[in-house]
Amino acid sequence: MSDVATATLDASRAWVLSPEVSLRDEAFGALAYHHGNRRLVFLKSPTLVALVRALDTYENLNGALDALVAPAERSRYLQALSSLEQSGLLRAS
Amino acid sequence: MPANSSLRDRFERGLAAPICLTWELTYACNLACTHCLSSSGRRDPRELSTAEAKSLIDEIAAMQIFYINVGGGEPMVRRDFFELVEYAVAAHVGVKFSTNGTRLDAAAARRLAATDYLDIQISLDGVDAPTNDAIRGAGSYAAARRAMDHLAAANFGPFKISVVMTRHNVAQLDAFEALAASYGAQLRLTRLRPSGRGVDTWDALHPTRAQNRDLYHWLVARPEVLTGDSFFHLSPLGAPLDGLNLCGAGRVVCLIDPIGDVYACPFVIHEQFLAGNVRDAGFATVWRESELFTSLRAEGSAGACASCGAYDACRGGCMAAKFFTGLELSDPDPECVFGHGETALAQRVAVALPTPKEDHSRRVALTVRSRVGG
Ligand code: SF4
Ligand code: SF4
Repeated sequence: MSDVATATLDASRAWVLSPEVSLRDEAFGALAYHHGNRRLVFLKSPTLVALVRALDTYENLNGALDALVAPAERSRYLQALSSLEQSGLLRAS
Repeated sequence: MPANSSLRDRFERGLAAPICLTWELTYACNLACTHCLSSSGRRDPRELSTAEAKSLIDEIAAMQIFYINVGGGEPMVRRDFFELVEYAVAAHVGVKFSTNGTRLDAAAARRLAATDYLDIQISLDGVDAPTNDAIRGAGSYAAARRAMDHLAAANFGPFKISVVMTRHNVAQLDAFEALAASYGAQLRLTRLRPSGRGVDTWDALHPTRAQNRDLYHWLVARPEVLTGDSFFHLSPLGAPLDGLNLCGAGRVVCLIDPIGDVYACPFVIHEQFLAGNVRDAGFATVWRESELFTSLRAEGSAGACASCGAYDACRGGCMAAKFFTGLELSDPDPECVFGHGETALAQRVAVALPTPKEDHSRRVALTVRSRVGG
C-alpha cells in the first residue's frame, strides 16, 4: 500500500467502489476492506471518504471532483483515488 | 509501509470496531500442544449455543467488522462449525480460521473450497515430524500434512501454513518457505507468547536473542511472509517490520472466548484483561465502553523504556509477554532486542507467575507435564 501513486485514473470516466469493498467510518476517516483480495486500506481524510461514497452519484469522476474537492486539491485526490484503484477498490462503471 | 505517526496515535486511542477480532469457538481440542495459548482440551459447558453464536455474528456484521479470526481449541470439532462459517460469510463477514487439520478430510476440504471469503491456516510448528510433534503431539505432523494434501486436491487455492517460532524451528525457516512453495501456500509466522500452557513452556521454547536477530533479517528480506504484526518487538534491530508496530490489545485487537468473555487480546486470557461478556451487554458495548478498554486506550507511559532510543520502534513490546513472565507492564519486553528484558527477568524475586483464568487442559495430559523455569 503506497501513498505515492501516480494519477492513472481517467477522470472523464465513471468509477465506483467495487461491490466487494466494505467501508467503515472511523474518527480519522474510514477503513476500507476488499473481501476478495483481503486488502485493508486507510482513508485518512473525510473528504476522500465523502468522495468515495458519492462516486456513483456523478456522471463521471470529473463531476465528483468538481463538486467535492477544492481546485487546488484536485490532483492530490486524483492521486489518492488512483492508488485505491490500484489496490482493486475501484472499478470502472 | 509503516503507518504515519498520527494514524498510529489514532489507533492507540481505539477504533469504532476492532480490525483484528479473534473468536475462539470452543475450548475443546483433540490435541494438547505444549504452548497452547488458551489451555484448550475440554469443552466448556457454558460455550455459546448455535443461536447465540449466530446473533453474535449478526452483531459483528452490524459493527462492520470485516472479518473474524476463528480459532479455539479446534474449531472444527464444533458440530455447527460449517453452519457458523457459512452464516458469517453470508452476512459479509470474512472468516480466517486456524485448525490443526485433524478433522480436515477430503469432504471438508471440498466444502471449504466452495466457500468464498474464507482463509485457512493450518498450524505446523516444525518442518518435520520430530520437531513438530514434540510440541503438538504424536501424529500431529502427519495429520497436518494430510489436511494440506486434501486442500490442494480440492483446489482450495493458497491456504496458509502457520508456524509459531520456537528455539527448535528458527533454523528451519528456509525449509518452511520451500514447503509452503511446494503447496502454493502462504507462509505465516507468529511469535510464541508465554500464554495459556505457554506459561510453563516459554522459558524453554522461546527463540534465543541470536535467533531473533536471524529471524528479523529473514523477515525483512521477505515482506511477503505473513506475521500478523507479531514481531514488532524486533523492529528496533533496524528498519521497522511491516505493520503498525504497537500493541493493539483493546485498541485494534480483541478476543471473544468460547463462553462469550471478551479479552483485550487472544494472548491475555486472565481476569485482569477481561472486559465483559457478550451475553450481558452485547459485544459493541463492551468494545466501546468497558473500563478496561478505555484505560488501555489512554495515553500510556513508556515506563522503563523511556530512555531507550528505540521506544518509537517497539513501544515496549508485547503486554502479554510481559504479564505472563511476571514483569511489570511498564518493563521492557522479555525478548527486548537489547537484552533489557533479560535484565528485568533476572530481577524478579521469587515471582508466582499469573495463571490463565480458564484452564481447559485435559487432566490426564496435565500429569505428564512438569513446570519449566519460573
Ligand atoms: S528497551 Fe523497551 S523500547 Fe527499547 S527495544 Fe527494549 S523493549 Fe523496546
Ligand atoms: S498483548 Fe501482545 S499479542 Fe496481544 S495485542 Fe499486544 S502485542 Fe499483540
